Amino acid sequence: MSTHEAAAPPARRLTIGEALREAIAEEMRRDESVFLIGEDIGIEGGFGGAFGVYLGLPEEFGHDRIVDTPISEKVIAGAAVGAAALGMRPIADMQYSDFLFECMDELVNQAAKLRYMSGGKVSVPLVMRAPVGASNRGAQHGQSPESYFAHVPGLKVVCVSDAYNAKGLLKSAVRDDNPVLVFEHKLLYGSKGREQAGGLDLTAEVPEEEYLVPLGLAVVKRPGSDVTLVATHLALYRTLAAADELAAEEGIDCEVIDPLTLLPLDAETIFASVRKTGRLVIVHEDTLTGGWGAEVAARVAEECLYDLEAPIRRVASFDAPMPSAPSLEDAIVPSVERIKAAVRELRD
Amino acid sequence: MQPQPDPGTLAALYRQMLLIRRFEETVYYLFLEGEIPGTLHQYQGQEAVAVGICDTLRPTDWITSTHRPHGHALAKGVTPRAAMAELYGKSTGCCAGKGGSMHLGDPAVGMLPALAIVGAGNTVVTGLGLAFQLRRTDQVAVCFFGDGATNEGAFHEGMNFAAVRRLPIVFVCENNLYGASTPFAAVSALTDVADRAAAYGIPGHVVDGMDVLAVREAGAAAVAAARGGAGPTLLECKTYRFVGHSRSDARGYRADEEEAAWRERDPIPALRPALAPELAEEIEREVEATIEDAVEFARSSPDAGPEEALTDVYA
Repeated sequence: MSTHEAAAPPARRLTIGEALREAIAEEMRRDESVFLIGEDIGIEGGFGGAFGVYLGLPEEFGHDRIVDTPISEKVIAGAAVGAAALGMRPIADMQYSDFLFECMDELVNQAAKLRYMSGGKVSVPLVMRAPVGASNRGAQHGQSPESYFAHVPGLKVVCVSDAYNAKGLLKSAVRDDNPVLVFEHKLLYGSKGREQAGGLDLTAEVPEEEYLVPLGLAVVKRPGSDVTLVATHLALYRTLAAADELAAEEGIDCEVIDPLTLLPLDAETIFASVRKTGRLVIVHEDTLTGGWGAEVAARVAEECLYDLEAPIRRVASFDAPMPSAPSLEDAIVPSVERIKAAVRELRD
Repeated sequence: MQPQPDPGTLAALYRQMLLIRRFEETVYYLFLEGEIPGTLHQYQGQEAVAVGICDTLRPTDWITSTHRPHGHALAKGVTPRAAMAELYGKSTGCCAGKGGSMHLGDPAVGMLPALAIVGAGNTVVTGLGLAFQLRRTDQVAVCFFGDGATNEGAFHEGMNFAAVRRLPIVFVCENNLYGASTPFAAVSALTDVADRAAAYGIPGHVVDGMDVLAVREAGAAAVAAARGGAGPTLLECKTYRFVGHSRSDARGYRADEEEAAWRERDPIPALRPALAPELAEEIEREVEATIEDAVEFARSSPDAGPEEALTDVYA
């Protein structure tokens, strides 16, 4: 190691929660029209949002731009739509993504369609952040509903899985002139995740300087040549663990792709990988039927059928409401073992 | 009672109400002729509400509207040409043919495309008010909605949030006594929507929605309060649609006597005596010409082109 490198300060590592907070603060400093709206986000002595992402922001930005609402999800989304239509850039907060069903009208009928039905005269540059994921909270606080929204023309759907991309994607989402839903996994906010996440190191190097991660581009998290795996959120980490074990134990070389954005989907990156590997496994914590994996599978079947050497496999939560008991939840959500089994099947 | 408005204002109110009436009557005929596609939710009978309220607004103020937006759009300043062309599905329409009857609007005149989900405007309007508040402007937002919207959850969430934030909003309920075919009395134990304002700690007033001057007076006070920082007001304008809920509605749920009684209170002939007869006639000729021009404009405009079907999905 050269002297110069030894003298360099250690790279800064942030958690996803810290990276999101930094992205929000940077965008609020940059653009007066950015403001926050949601439940329990800026209350004095409160908890800075359900997962603490907003802690410290009221001290810098005051309460004018941090709008605490009643428990009124329709109004959170509706106010975000109205303000965005006038050129403000709200970052709206949904404490749990399950609550998005309370404001489906505001998101699906209003936010997604105002631009189109105005003939392009109105834009709705809002961001809606929403935590997904099973965490022993049961059927109404553990869903991963991003696929519902990936079906809606006019919306953009982002899935945040690591701190570097969290910061860059959220900043891009704020600057995007369309409604963007940003889904984050509730077990991935902290430094080690929760115990349920497997005690992963979830920090990542996050530059202090300005950078953006573009919406609509996937990233290859692990290059490989034998099987393509596409995954998001906690399932991405389980997929990466499965890939490491398969490489070490069985010599199977998996390529792992994080799509980052489900709508618009960067299908080309997935196609390119499948053309190389001839095999595809899609992994998500959303339930199987009608999940976004079905769309990826259909697109690959349409474009890459003759490159495939084996059927496409999906590893998803089984089609049931999310149970609360850890033993039941573990039986539903994708596990490392299930991912490995799916890959092995394609190799047989 | 405030003193009678000046003659110029009276003429403008008469002209606007008549314009909406003749627009709607003409649209109905053209629809039956097969020239206008889709369906229609028409505004005949309720003109005094849109006109009385919008007369109190500035061009920089905003409104939200409903599935019955033709009157609101014309009253806020969408041109008859742009509104008619939109109903015809033409590229020159105010929404380039992509909105249609239920989504008339134009941000250039301070009107979001009308939101045709009942109650949708009641939450979205809070965002308009919030934007004005955060930017520290003195703009006001008006939310038009029907009696049907008052039993939606959105009504409650929007009203409560607007009240607790003291947003510069006027909620204007056009109680035309029926949600589609269902009488309001069958779905509300309260007779007056205005009484619900008490639940949110804001003023609520019953207004004669068939009297444009009464609407204008109540609207002016509510708009001034909102502009001055006093927060929202709920105005319930008692009114009546002279036509069915939508184009196919034969109105079998309403008694002929009831309809006749409300037609006796038609706000347009009621205002006419306040104008000099020659002026009224001049306005009537002018409105006819404006409507004819709008129809001609719509007919001669190009259809929205198929190449535009996939534009404006994303910014």
